[in-house]
This record gives sequence, C-alpha cells and structure tokens, in this order.
Amino acid sequence: MRNQEIKGNKIDWVTIVLYGVLVISGWLNIFAAVYDESLNQNIFDLSLNSGKQLLWIATSLILVVIIMAIDYKFYDSFGYVIYGTVILMLIFVLLFGREVAGSKSWFEIGSFRLQPAEFAKFAVALAMAKYLSDSSLKLTKLPVQMVIGGIIGLPAALIILQGDTGSAMVFAGFVVMLYREGFPSPPILIGLAAGAIFTLTLLVPQLYLIIAIIVIGILIIAFSKKHPKKIAIIVVGMLLVIGVVKSVDFIITDVFKPHQQNRIKALINPEADPLGYGWNVTQSKIAIGSGGFAGKGFLEGTQTKFDFVPEQSTDFIFCTIGEEHGWIGSLVIITIFIALLYRIIYIAERQKSRFSRVYGYSVASIIFFHFLVNIGMTIGLFPVVGIPLPFYSYGGSSLYAFTILLFILVKLDAHRMQMLTR
Amino acid sequence: MNDNRRYIIQIAIALVAIIYLVKLFFIQVLDPSYKFAADNNIIQRVDEYPYRGLIYDRNEKLIVYNNPVYDLMVVPKEVKVKDTLFFCSLFNITLEDYKTRLQAAKDYSYVKPSVFIKQLSNKDFAAAQDFFVDFPGFYIQARTVRSYPFPILANALGYIGETSRRELDRDSSKYYKKRDYIGKSGLELKYEKQLRGRRGVQYRMVNVRGVEKGRFKQGEYDTTSIPGNNLISTIDVELQRYAETLLKGKVGSIVAIEPATGEILAMVSGPSYDPNLLTGREYGNNFGALVKDSLNPLFNRALQGQFPPGSIFKIAQALVALQEGVITPDTRIPCNRSIINCHGAHSFEDLKGAITNSCNPYFRNVYQRVLNQNLSPNTFIDTELGLEIWRKHIMSFGFGSKLGIDLPNEKGGYIPTVALYDRIYGDNQWKYSTIYSNSIGQGEVQVVPLQMANFAATVANRGYYLRPHLIKAIGENQQPLPEYQEKIYTSVERKHFDVAVNAMEEVVRSGTGQYRAKLKDIIVCGKTGTVQNSQGEDHSVFIAFAPKDNPKIAMAVYVENAGEGARAAAGITGLMIEKYINGCTDNIVQETYILKGKFIY
Repeated sequence: MRNQEIKGNKIDWVTIVLYGVLVISGWLNIFAAVYDESLNQNIFDLSLNSGKQLLWIATSLILVVIIMAIDYKFYDSFGYVIYGTVILMLIFVLLFGREVAGSKSWFEIGSFRLQPAEFAKFAVALAMAKYLSDSSLKLTKLPVQMVIGGIIGLPAALIILQGDTGSAMVFAGFVVMLYREGFPSPPILIGLAAGAIFTLTLLVPQLYLIIAIIVIGILIIAFSKKHPKKIAIIVVGMLLVIGVVKSVDFIITDVFKPHQQNRIKALINPEADPLGYGWNVTQSKIAIGSGGFAGKGFLEGTQTKFDFVPEQSTDFIFCTIGEEHGWIGSLVIITIFIALLYRIIYIAERQKSRFSRVYGYSVASIIFFHFLVNIGMTIGLFPVVGIPLPFYSYGGSSLYAFTILLFILVKLDAHRMQMLTR
Repeated sequence: MNDNRRYIIQIAIALVAIIYLVKLFFIQVLDPSYKFAADNNIIQRVDEYPYRGLIYDRNEKLIVYNNPVYDLMVVPKEVKVKDTLFFCSLFNITLEDYKTRLQAAKDYSYVKPSVFIKQLSNKDFAAAQDFFVDFPGFYIQARTVRSYPFPILANALGYIGETSRRELDRDSSKYYKKRDYIGKSGLELKYEKQLRGRRGVQYRMVNVRGVEKGRFKQGEYDTTSIPGNNLISTIDVELQRYAETLLKGKVGSIVAIEPATGEILAMVSGPSYDPNLLTGREYGNNFGALVKDSLNPLFNRALQGQFPPGSIFKIAQALVALQEGVITPDTRIPCNRSIINCHGAHSFEDLKGAITNSCNPYFRNVYQRVLNQNLSPNTFIDTELGLEIWRKHIMSFGFGSKLGIDLPNEKGGYIPTVALYDRIYGDNQWKYSTIYSNSIGQGEVQVVPLQMANFAATVANRGYYLRPHLIKAIGENQQPLPEYQEKIYTSVERKHFDVAVNAMEEVVRSGTGQYRAKLKDIIVCGKTGTVQNSQGEDHSVFIAFAPKDNPKIAMAVYVENAGEGARAAAGITGLMIEKYINGCTDNIVQETYILKGKFIY
C-alpha cells in the first residue's frame, strides 16, 4: 500500500509545462495588446493589464500549492458541497452583484472583482464526477440523463439570468464528456445536425436547402432497401429537417434578443454593416489577416495596439497572436492547446476511478469548448460570444478558475494509484 | 464499450484545429485584402500643402499673395457637443444645417476627418478658438486662399478654385485630388504647374479614435512639400491701376506694351471685378453673380473680344501698299467721296496727309491697288491673288491668328480669306468693289485689342514685335524667359515704317489726335479710329506709341459705344502715356473729362 502510494505520487509535469507556456505567452501577448510605444511602458507596471495579469499568475501559483496540498479525497468528498457553495454564490451575485456591461455577474470587494460564473465550471465538473462515480449509473437511462441535465442546467440557468449567455453556453461543452461516458450518440448527432442545418439555413437560401433535402431524401430511398417502415422514417426525418429550416427565421427574429441577432448577422455577413454589428468580426479578421505568414513581430502590431480590435486583451487576445506572430504563431498556439487537450484526455483515460476520469474529461470538455468558440469567433467562424481563451486572456477570475480546474486534475492524477474504483 | 469514443473525440478536436489553421492560412497568407484594410485603418495620409507661388509686378510690388483660412474639420466618432445651440450660434449655422453637415460627414467616414465648415475667416476662427475644448471631434485645419492687395488685374490674373470632377478626370498625371486648389483661368491656369509647387505627404499612424501614434515606418514614405515658384509679372501696378480707374464705368479694353520687350505694362478689360471676390467662402455666390452680370466681367475683352479695327487699320494698309510698291509716300489720290464718305476739309493728299486726315477714299484706292495688280487678266482671279498677297502681309503684323500671349483663351481675330468670299458670294462672283470695306478696317476684318497694341508696338519698333507676355521671369532664376526674346519681323521692310511713324506723329501733332493725345514734352505717335456700329453708337479706338524715338510704351484703347476715337480712346491714351513716362499727369481737365465718361455729344 505504501509502495503504491509513493509510486503513484507522480505529478504530470507535461501538463504543468504546457500550462506554464500558455500562461507566460498569454502574459506577453496581453502586454503587446496594451503596449503604447510613446509611453515607454514596462511589462511589470501594475497599472497595465500585463502587470495585473502577472499578479494573477503569481497568486494562481499560491492556489496551485494549496490545491496540491489538500488531500486528494477532499475533492471527491466535498464535490457536492463545492457545487452547492457555487450555486449559492450565483444566487447571491444575482441579488447583490455589480452590473458590468449589462451583466450582473460580478462581486465587488474593494477594488477586487470576482466572477462566480467562472468558478461554476470546476464546481459542475466536480459534481458531475461525483454523481457519475457510481459506475452502475448508465447514461442511457432517462432518470440519469435528467439528473445530469439538472446538475448542468441549474448553474447555466442562473448564469443566463445574470445576463451572461456566453458563460452559460460553456456548459454545452460537457457533451464531450457525456459522449465519452456512454451518452447515446443519436441525440448528440441530431443536435449537431440541427446546428449544421441551422447554420446552412443562414448561409444558403431556404428554397435551395429544401430542394436539396428532398433530393437527398429521394436518393436515400432510391438506393436503400425499400422497406415501408424505413421509407416512413426517412420521410418523417425529411419533414422534420424542413421544419427546422422553416423555423430559423422565427427563432432568429422572435427568440433571440437584438444583440444576439446582430452577432449571428455579423457571422454570416460582417461586411453588411462593418461599422455596426460587423465591427468586431471585421476588425478582428483584419488584425489577424494582416499578420501574414510570420507576423509583424512582438510589440509591432498596429490593429490591436491602436484599439481597432475591441477587448483586445481579453476575449480577442488571439488577434494579437495572429497579428504579431502570423500564421506560424497561430499554429504554435493552436498546437499547444491541442497538445494540452490530448494530454488531459490521456490523463483521464489512465485513471482507475470513474470519478477522476469523468473529471478529466470535464476539464477537456470545458477547455475545448472555450478554445472552439473563442478562436472561432476571432476568425469569423463563430458568432461573437464573450468567453475568454483559457490561461491566455486577461482576467483574474478566469485564470483562477482554469488553474483550479486543471490542477485538481493534476492532483487527482498524482494519486491515481490510490483512487480505487468503487 | 465506449473506449473507441476517446478516439472519435480526439479526431474531432484535431479536425477543429485543422479547420482553424486552414481558415487562418486563407486570411493570413493567401488573402492580401486584410493587409490593405489594416494599413487603411491605421495610416492617415496627411497632405502638406505647398505654398502657392506669389506674383509680383515689374517693380517687385506684390500683386498676389496667400492668406490663411481655416477649415473646420470633424471626426464624427469623436463628436461630443453638449451645447449644440451655442455651437451653431458661434459658427452662424442653423440646427438643421448642423445635422445635415454632421450626417454628410458620417456618410463619408465615421472615423476619418472631413470638412464641416469650409474657410472660416480669421475673425470667425478667432471668435471660436477658445471654445474648441468644449467641442471634441472638431478641429481646425489651416489652408491658404489667394489675396490681392490691389483690386485690379482680375481678368489677367484669373482665379483658383477647388478641383472639379472634370478637371480630376482630365488630370492624366493623377496629381490632383478632391478639394485641391487649381488655377481656373488667367495666369493662375496658365502657370498652374509653376505656381502650385509639389504637395508633400506624411503617413501618420492613428489609433481607432484618430489619435496620432507617430509616423508610419518612421516616415520612410513621407515626402516634403516644395513651395511653388513666384512669378515676376511685366505689369506696372501703378499704370494698371490708373488704366482701370480711367476705364471705370466704360465697356472696353486697354492694352499697353513695352515695344522693345513685348512686355505688357497694363491690360484692362472693362467692366472688371475685384479679384478678392473670387477667394474665400463667398467664392460660389460671387462667381454666380459675376456669371449672371449682363456685361460679363469675367470676359477678358483685351484678348477675347474681336472687333473691326476701324481707321487705325489704315496704317497697316499703307505699309502693305508701300511694300508692294503700288504707292509711294508721294502718291496723291483725290478725296472722291462718291463711293465712300470722308470727313474734314481736304481734297488731294499724299500718304502722310491722307493718314493725318484719315481719308477714306484714299485708302479705298490704295486697297484697290494692292488687290488688283494685274497679275491675271481676269479681274476676279486678279482680286483673289491680290487678297492672298494682302492677307499674308497683314497676318505678318500678328493679325488674324493668336499672338501666343501667356494667357488661356486668347482669340485670333479674323483676316478674310478667298474661301470666305467664295462662300459668301460664290466663286468668281466677287471682286475688289465687293469687299472694299476692309480698306478702312470695317468689313470682314476682326482684330483683338491685344493685336492692336501689338501693332502699335510693331510700328514703334519699325518692323518687328516681340511676343506680348505677362510673365517675364519665374522663381529664383530671374532671367528673362527665352520664348519671349525672339524678334518677329513683319513682311514689310523697315524703310517703309518711317513714313507711317511720321504720319502718326502728324496725327497727334495736327490731325485727329491733336486735342487729347498731344503731350507737352513727349512726341506721341498715334492713330484714331471710329468704328461704325450698326447696333448703336460708334466705338472709339486709338493706337499710339511714345516717345517717337526709343519708344517706351505702345498701346491700344478700345472703348465701346463711345463715339469718335479722338475723344475717349485718344484721351485715355494721352493720360496713360504721360503717367507712364512722366510718372504723373497734371492734366486735370482731361482726367475729369475721361472719368465723367460722357463722350457722345
């Protein structure tokens, strides 16, 4: 037993190095984003975002030490407690929070501001891991699915109430983990297909799309075994798809809020109003596109520095990479993220307990979703959703939350030999 | 059972990364438009307008200079005017006006500056200057407009204005841009290239709020502006002022030339206007008013008006006849008034007497001798041949074609051709008796006042002229321009001119010019002309030069509907010659007579 403990107490340094690289290069890029040549600035200046970010990084290290020092069993035992605490914080912030840019999602204590929604991510991950640690639970069962829906849905609903739809959307990322844990694939595929059709409807005239669907349907019927039941299913499916297509207009004009409509319009055709709703996407693409193959060089970027790109040190930090380091820089950063995600999956898969594996996949899910949406929006492949690039974007809450999220996994992994399957 | 799902997830992640990298490769490496858009965002082209060249008179008196005006510029994105009404009252515009102007600026660009109010005067600018802190988004851009210390010479100087669509389209060098100033007429147009200098440009980097962030690439692509060249004019400001004063209230023109150089000392077209009207903010309104004026002050009569020369043409006729050998100075011809009328008591004059008395029948006969020299037994063909010879000589005096003065839109006048009369009367249907009116400067002959003055200079030079011009030197290099150094000789030999000069002396001494062109201490040689005008009163014409030897000034005065040449035109000529040579005139009586302008009695 003791032998095992020593053998298992291996910290995964690959993850830590990748984390370190992302955090440090994020910090440098934040400096580049706010840099003003004429002011002779210092990267350590605490009045700059880069100085503050360094402070967050330093304090994150304290968090890392604490996480690593706490007994690994704590995360398992206190999973629900942590979840409950965060839910309470989300309720409190609704009541007593401070409104920033239309979202009531911040606590303010002195000059220190905290965004509980960021911490909901690891709390939900812990709660999910705790719930699913019972290996007898089958994700194909409806009651189990409903509980999962509740665990994810409750904080998501509270965050939407705060007015921060972007942060709430992040919980959709858990679908990756659920898929791995055996959630039936048809609903996921249908969901993805509906999303794809929805997007196509925005890009292609409805009539063409409907004709295409009918043609595809007829072809499938023609080339498959002509079983009456099967034909019926295909016809019903076709009608459903056409229904989705027809409903798009209704959803866009009647369900989405005007600013959300604009974000979708900006995605489809930012040139229609480059100074209005298309501004962010247009300027973001200009900044990245102007970087060329090798980039303009560190601190040589103009579009980000001169504020053409909005939120250039937070949500649009990727523009700085694209502009100053070009396609090569983008390749490196994307590769590091992919390496981190693969490493997390590798770690998750080597866990002996389902708790740890579910938690690992949850971490991968959340980071992947952020990566997907954040970079996607900067290059015009996703609507503008205000969520940060993990470890990279400026902001204490975000950095703390991702650090906690990742290092709990590192801690659990270090003790994987002791975490016996239950 | 779900182990293979791990790989599906990994493939999906890899797929996303690949899609993103491909998309990035498209926008970063393959598509150059984002780089242009980025430069467009941050690079602000700031033009550095060169100082337009000044114009001086022959005595280095400034006649055209630059005056700063202030364009009120706006960057719509920055505009935060709390008290719009106060703003409007300060700049004297209505609230409606404010809104439309701001909308126009927004339509142009939300982040780039555009003109809000053009050309605030010094006074308006001074009044508003202190309040600019309260009007973020507005700032002042200084430019210069033309200014003139003397309200004279408008028709010759011309004016500048903002480039028109047509001018931009025609500009093959693509130098001009919208809102650039360009010479529109007169010297400003003719010497546009020399006056304008070369525009400089600075590429500045600006942030999204338009705040300057230094030079693009440390100013690698910047160019400095080169100021335009100054022009030294041939005009004598004092003489020009005096001439304009004398012509005030009259329709006509005055041209004075220094015979030895071809330099134009004064050139007046009346009525004219104050050149200061066509600068600054009121340019548009004033221009409209000038265009609508029925007397057309924008029309430069001195080189665009084409008139019958009248009796002054007899000098040319005499010279041609002498050259052709069809008369001698001693040829006497009876004053037979049966075909053409005459005036004064005389009956059988020689050439000098005929000129002094402006004898019409004499010159009718002289013209006949020139046209019918018996070169062909057929009288029609003989006249045609004679007309060709006559026309060649007349044209050698600079009549019938443009002289090539350094001003745009010069007219050439007209010396009738064989083709013209064939067209009017038919081939072999006309002969001397059909066209004799030309003999006394009526008929189909049309000349430009500038050509009359040039003719006076030609006689003063005894047989040649130098191309008349208004600019004698350009820029630092004060050397005379070579294109005006060439002596252009007439086809009449020098020896014949003395007769003409003596006759012109006699005109002023004892003939039609004696009352108003004669001066106490200067020998003036001149010739009157009274041009018959079927539409109204006759036109008063006078050409002259003085002094007789080493002439300093040659001139032509053409006053429309002012009756006899001996009155208005001769009177103005006398005063001007005295003014130019003596520096002043004490002939108050004549000055009053001219200024009063009542010549018909």
